[in-house]
Amino acid sequence: MNTLLEMRDITKIFPGVKALDSVNLAVREGEIHAICGENGAGKSTLMKVLSGVYPAGSFDGDIVYDGEVAQFHGISDSESKGIIIIHQELALVPLMSIAENLFLGNENASNGVVQWQKTFKETERLLAKVGLNEAPGTLVDSLGVGKQQLVEIAKALSKEVRLLILDEPTAALSEADSQGLLDLILELKTQGVTSIIISHKLNEVRRVADTVTVIRDGATVSTLDARTEDISEDHIVRDMVGRDMAHRYPSRKRRAGDVLMEVKDWNVWHPEHAERQVVQDINLTVRAGEVVGIAGLMGAGRTELAMSIFGQSYGHNISGSVEIDGKPANVSNVSRAIDAGLAYVTEDRKSLGLILDETIQRNITLTNLPKVSSNGVIAEAKESQVAEKYREAMNIRTPSVFQKVTNLSGGNQQKVVLSKWLFAEPKVLILDEPTRGIDVGAKFEIYNIINDLSADDKGVIMISSELSELLGICDRIYVMNEGAFVGELTADEASQERIMSLIVTN
Amino acid sequence: MELAETKTQENQTAGIGQYLLGHLREFGLLFALIAIMGFFQVVTGGTMLKAINITNLFLQNSYIIIMALGMLMVIVAGHIDLSVGSVMGFIGALAAVMIVNWDWPMYTAVPVCLIAGGLIGAWQGYWVAYWKIPSFIVTLAGMLVFRGMSLWLLEGQSVGPFPREFQALSTGFVPDIIGSGRPNVTALGTGIIAAVLVVWMGLRGRARDRQYGIEGEPMLFFTIRNAIVAGALIFVTYKLANFRGLPNVLISMVVLTVIYTFVTENTVLGRRVYALGGNEKAAKLSGIKTERLAFLSFVNMGVLAALAGLIFAARLNTATPKAGFAVELDVIAAVFIGGASMAGGVGKIVGAVTGAFIMGVLNNGMSIMGIGIDYQQIIKGLVLLAAVFFDVYNKNKQG
Repeated sequence: MNTLLEMRDITKIFPGVKALDSVNLAVREGEIHAICGENGAGKSTLMKVLSGVYPAGSFDGDIVYDGEVAQFHGISDSESKGIIIIHQELALVPLMSIAENLFLGNENASNGVVQWQKTFKETERLLAKVGLNEAPGTLVDSLGVGKQQLVEIAKALSKEVRLLILDEPTAALSEADSQGLLDLILELKTQGVTSIIISHKLNEVRRVADTVTVIRDGATVSTLDARTEDISEDHIVRDMVGRDMAHRYPSRKRRAGDVLMEVKDWNVWHPEHAERQVVQDINLTVRAGEVVGIAGLMGAGRTELAMSIFGQSYGHNISGSVEIDGKPANVSNVSRAIDAGLAYVTEDRKSLGLILDETIQRNITLTNLPKVSSNGVIAEAKESQVAEKYREAMNIRTPSVFQKVTNLSGGNQQKVVLSKWLFAEPKVLILDEPTRGIDVGAKFEIYNIINDLSADDKGVIMISSELSELLGICDRIYVMNEGAFVGELTADEASQERIMSLIVTN
Repeated sequence: MELAETKTQENQTAGIGQYLLGHLREFGLLFALIAIMGFFQVVTGGTMLKAINITNLFLQNSYIIIMALGMLMVIVAGHIDLSVGSVMGFIGALAAVMIVNWDWPMYTAVPVCLIAGGLIGAWQGYWVAYWKIPSFIVTLAGMLVFRGMSLWLLEGQSVGPFPREFQALSTGFVPDIIGSGRPNVTALGTGIIAAVLVVWMGLRGRARDRQYGIEGEPMLFFTIRNAIVAGALIFVTYKLANFRGLPNVLISMVVLTVIYTFVTENTVLGRRVYALGGNEKAAKLSGIKTERLAFLSFVNMGVLAALAGLIFAARLNTATPKAGFAVELDVIAAVFIGGASMAGGVGKIVGAVTGAFIMGVLNNGMSIMGIGIDYQQIIKGLVLLAAVFFDVYNKNKQG
């Protein structure tokens, strides 16, 4: 098989940081090549070098594409050669139709007048290719993330793609959507499209990849060939973190004390479509020191359930009761819910969890400012002591607590969000996808924090789309589908198959 | 952890250059003001810094500065208020009708006017905060409504003059209680005390920072900045002392500036306003009552606009239907020159006040030079654009 792309000794230096240090990457024509590495290892930088975001000349080393040395000065250069990147944050215009999005910047036009019939026909052809059954005129806004991802791929296909690069394509997808997407990538492979896939989900990497390149600290650590050897997840993890990780999930003495929180007959309706019930007759208990998981597909209503309990931050016409420590709790708005002892760590830390342009210190104390102030005046010394305390306890890697959180990596940002909620001194924490988009090392640290919370007799509710994570961490798992709980399994009973079958059969 | 430690060391050695780069904006603003004043001092042949002109500078700009305090909070909260000029005019008209036409005593009329300003703010804040109507639209409507209401109230006429005690709001001076009046010992003494206070508080803050291991500004910058500020305070009060002493408005202006600086930088309330502007959804999910805060920032703006209206009417000694026309633009410009961000969450009271002074000095200097209103507008517009460009440019370079 020919080599389609070779990146030789790529070195990229930012002021003060060597982001890439002689990285080598060889991608054969027609293969699926996975790149693994912790956050900040240099994967995205490498892809930006490849696509011309960092133009030729701003880095050292050669890119050999299709047998010749390439000089890309911008994305349009690499796209014209058939190299297309699909970023983690999708680049679609929500209020435009699928057809308009597919041909954005590449319109089917003659003399500046758009040929709509041709555009729609072309769109139908491309949608069929990616297996998306939607009308070309549908607004992208009305599609779920999984379908939007397919639109992005269709858009890549419209540009005669030869090398498709997917950055964390399944990070925001449910298990089922992820499987569909991976099948599509395998299907494209049979049609001759070469793919580079960047992913944290090692089971997916194992499933589709022909070759795996592991990058650590800006350098290539290893290249593994799945066709000649059997690559184990542990092997990849070891290369990624540079140390042996016998246990992906730290062990914890399972313990459950008295009932801490009880939610009874919880019903929630959609805020805009008043006739749509989003959460249906939910009954839920959490005991002191217990970690309770909620499994379910994207759109099952898990986040909606959590946010509606947390100060009615979501939904309409909410009914049901919440008891904490055996007493009815008033959770009718966020500050009352916090006072009642609840905390909610959002799945969307950038837009709902943090004030990115503020310092770590100011983000941490925001949930409980009265605690660091007297008569409404903030005692700054006290405040920085608090921030320092959490920086150490959580191992937030930063030169100082006066750094803006926007400068931190995903894992460290998540630790700031957790600090902020621990500072509110809750009894029950609801963690919504607490490890989404963060690297293996940071995940392990988050699991340790969860164990500490449990040891501290707090109740933890954990929502996650990664089933293995729920199985590794939780004492008990509720399975949610279409707004209702369809099953409840103890840690011993639960397995990926049982959870999936509960979802599918209901 | 190792990485973090080496980085801290780097920060310390990089020192002064790094610090200047990080705080370019704040120093830049201060030096820009000094440079502009120096420039006009030279071209106007020394008129700029004459005692009478300095007094005039304060009298002319007091109402802009007072409104800039409220506008800063509105903009930091992520909104804007286009109606302040009209509100200011309306309250001036209301005061004139009450005091001149109805013979109300000043001590009834002034509180009623301030309350009316608060109610106007509450009216606008209600639509913005609880109905989520963009503040641009609500206050654009308010701009028309209150302009119309002052026309209606005054029946298109000017109403005046005001009694002497009301005029004192703006054109009065603090009597010299210590000396004989010339030079005004009270004024000079106040200036010296203020200068000492500023330096002392700065030093105390530094000591406290060091105690908690917070890296403050390099000593060199601390010294230069404080020398300029203290020197300016003494110089200005010395000049004022040789004219008629401390204007009443200067006192209210300084007191308000100190209060608002404290509220924005040191209180829970202030912190929450920044959080609201920085990320409304995250603030709300942190238990902050974002609607109430936005509402209150408009109420506050209304009260300050009313105060500005009273001061303006007192200064002109008459309420005219045109009072406050286009003033909102000067106020908003001052806040943005001062470094606030259109997106909310960023901005400082000191910046807004300095920005207002820059606009004021430009107006004053160009008028003394006899530059036509046409060129004045062009120059002020370009200064606003340049200041914001400077911000954006710096941000891009850092990012």
